[in-house]
Amino acid sequence: MSTGPEIARPATPSMNDESSTPRRKRGVPEGLWLRCPKCSATIFRKQVEKNLRLCPECSHHFYVPARVRIQQLFDDDSFEEWYTELRSVDPLNFHDQKPYKTRLIAEQKKTGLDEACVVGKGYMRGRPVVFGLTDSAFIMGSMGSVVGEKLTRATEEATRQKLPLIIVSGSGGGARMHEGILSLMQMGKVSAALGRFHDAGGLYISVLTDPTMGGVAASFASLGDVIIAEPEALIGFAGPRVVKATVSSELPEGFQTSEFLLKHGFIDTIVPRTELRSEIVRIVDYCT
Amino acid sequence: MSAPLPLPFERPILELEKQLSDLEKQPDPTAVTRESIRRIRTELNKLKREVYEKLNPWEIVQVARHDARPKAMDYIELVFDEFVELHGDKAYGDDRAILTGFAKLGDRKVMLVAQQKGRNLRERLEHNYGMAHPEGYRKALSKIQMAAKFNLPVVCLIDTAGAYPGVGAEERGQAYQIALNLREMARIDTPIVCVVIGEGGSGGALGIGIGDHVAVLQFAYYSVISPEGCAGILWKHAKHADKAAHALRFTSKDLLELGVVDEIISEPIGGAHRNHRQMATNLHASLTSALKDLSEIPKDQLLDRRYEKFRKIGVFEETIAVGQA
Repeated sequence: MSTGPEIARPATPSMNDESSTPRRKRGVPEGLWLRCPKCSATIFRKQVEKNLRLCPECSHHFYVPARVRIQQLFDDDSFEEWYTELRSVDPLNFHDQKPYKTRLIAEQKKTGLDEACVVGKGYMRGRPVVFGLTDSAFIMGSMGSVVGEKLTRATEEATRQKLPLIIVSGSGGGARMHEGILSLMQMGKVSAALGRFHDAGGLYISVLTDPTMGGVAASFASLGDVIIAEPEALIGFAGPRVVKATVSSELPEGFQTSEFLLKHGFIDTIVPRTELRSEIVRIVDYCT
Repeated sequence: MSAPLPLPFERPILELEKQLSDLEKQPDPTAVTRESIRRIRTELNKLKREVYEKLNPWEIVQVARHDARPKAMDYIELVFDEFVELHGDKAYGDDRAILTGFAKLGDRKVMLVAQQKGRNLRERLEHNYGMAHPEGYRKALSKIQMAAKFNLPVVCLIDTAGAYPGVGAEERGQAYQIALNLREMARIDTPIVCVVIGEGGSGGALGIGIGDHVAVLQFAYYSVISPEGCAGILWKHAKHADKAAHALRFTSKDLLELGVVDEIISEPIGGAHRNHRQMATNLHASLTSALKDLSEIPKDQLLDRRYEKFRKIGVFEETIAVGQA
C-alpha cells in the first residue's frame, strides 16, 4: 500500500475518510488556480486541463481521470466500454471505520465510475486494440474481484479477437484490502490470463502511471511485452514508507520513480504523455 | 531452541503442563501421584481442545507466528526422506529465505520449494526471517521450471510475513519477479502442490503459491496484507491489528469457504508447536494424497484445471447479462 509523495496529492481521498467535509477531486483540486507540486508555479487549472493535464511550466504530469485518459488515447468516439454490468459486492462484510459498501457508493459518486477499472475496445489512429485502465481515484485504484474479473475478461477477449492489449495502470493501493484474500487471488487470475495471451502470441503493452504499487505492480502491470512509464511516476512493490521503516535510513534519491526503474532495467522506456499515443501506435505497428 | 514467549491465551495450558511435568519428574510416584498425572493429562487435553477451538483470528495469527511452530526446515527433516539442496538463481545470488532442491516423499521424487523463517536467532538472520528478495523468487521459478523438464511434481511450503520490503529488493525488481512467477507458475506443465504452513503473507506468499492443490494448516493464515499493515492504513494505527484480523477473514476456515484453498490440514491438539512429529505426519499424509490424485490427471488437462481453479475466484454481481463482442 502506498500513497506517493504527499505534496502531489494534497486532496487525495484518504483511505479512511470519516470527515464530514466534501472530498475534492484527486490531483487537480477545485478552484480556478492550482499549485504545481513540482515547480511550485501557480497555474490556471483550465490551462492544465487543456494541456493533457501537464503543468505548462515544467510538464509535471498531473493525475488523469479514466474518461479523460480514454479521450487522450483513442480516436474520437471509438471506445466501446465492456462489462459495465459488473458490480462489487462485499464478500467479507468488511467494516473498518466505515462499511465497505458505503465506501463503494461514496467512491462511485466521487469519481463517476462504477469501479476502479475500465476495459473495452477502441481504435488508436485506426488500429483496433483491447484496453484496460485502473483509476487511482477509486479506492486508490486497488484491485478487488471486479477489477480482476474485468481485466481477465478483457485479456481473454483480446486473445480471442487476436488484438493487442494495452493496460494503463494507476494504482497506489495494489490488492484491495476490503476484499481480503480474494483480492490477492485476482493477481494470480489476471496473470494466468496474460500467460495464455502470451502463449497465443498477443502483444501486451503495459503503461505505468503515477502511482503503480503493490499487488498491481506485482501482477499485470509488470507483465507487458513492452513496459512504458510516464515520467516521474511512483512505481514499486512496497510503499516508500514501509521500505523506509524497514531499512531505517533515508531512501536513495529518486527511489521508486520511473527513472529509477529505467536505470535498474525494469521498464523499457519513459514516454511523456504528449507522445504516449504515438509511441503505443509505433510499438503496435512493429509487433503486429 | 530459544524459549518462546508464552501466548496469553495459552497461560492456563502452560500452567497445567508445568504441573504435569513436575509430577512426572518424581522418581518414585505413589499411587496418588500416578492418579494425579492421569487426571491432569485428561484435563490438559480437554483444556487444549477448548482453547484451540475458540481461538479468534488475532490469536490464530499468534499461533501461526509462534517461534516454536515447525518451520520449513523441520518439515524437510521430518516429512521428507532426502533433500538435495540446489542453491543458485544463476543471476544474482542465493536467497536463503527460500530453499529449493530435490526431495523424496516416500518413494515419490519431488522438487521442494520452501520458505524458511529459521528456528533460532542465528537461523532467522541467515534466512532473513523468511522474507525473500527477487533472487529468491527467481530461484524458485527456475527450479520449478526444471522440475517440469524432468517430470517431477513440485511442493511449495509457504511461510512468510511477506516479500522483503527493502531498497535492494526494489532495485532488483521485487514486483516484476513476483508477477513473472504468477504468470509462469500458472503455465508450468507439472503438478504443483502449495501448502501454507504458517504465515501466508500477501504477494510474498502468492509468489510461490500458484498450484493445482492449495492447502493450509489449521492455524496458519493467508492474507492480502498483515493485520498490522491493514490496521495502520484503515484504523490509522497498528494497535488495532486484532480488529483488522477479524475483518480480513484469513483463517483456514474462511479460506476454504471463500474457495481460495482446497484443503485444511489438521494440527495436533493445542497447535503444531506442541507436537512437530504429529504435524509432520499429517502434512506427509496430505502431500502424499494430493500428489497421488494429481498424478492421475492427464497432462493435457492439468493446466486447464489450474487455470479454472484461479479463474473462478472472486465474488461480484453481474446486474444485467449483456452479450458483447
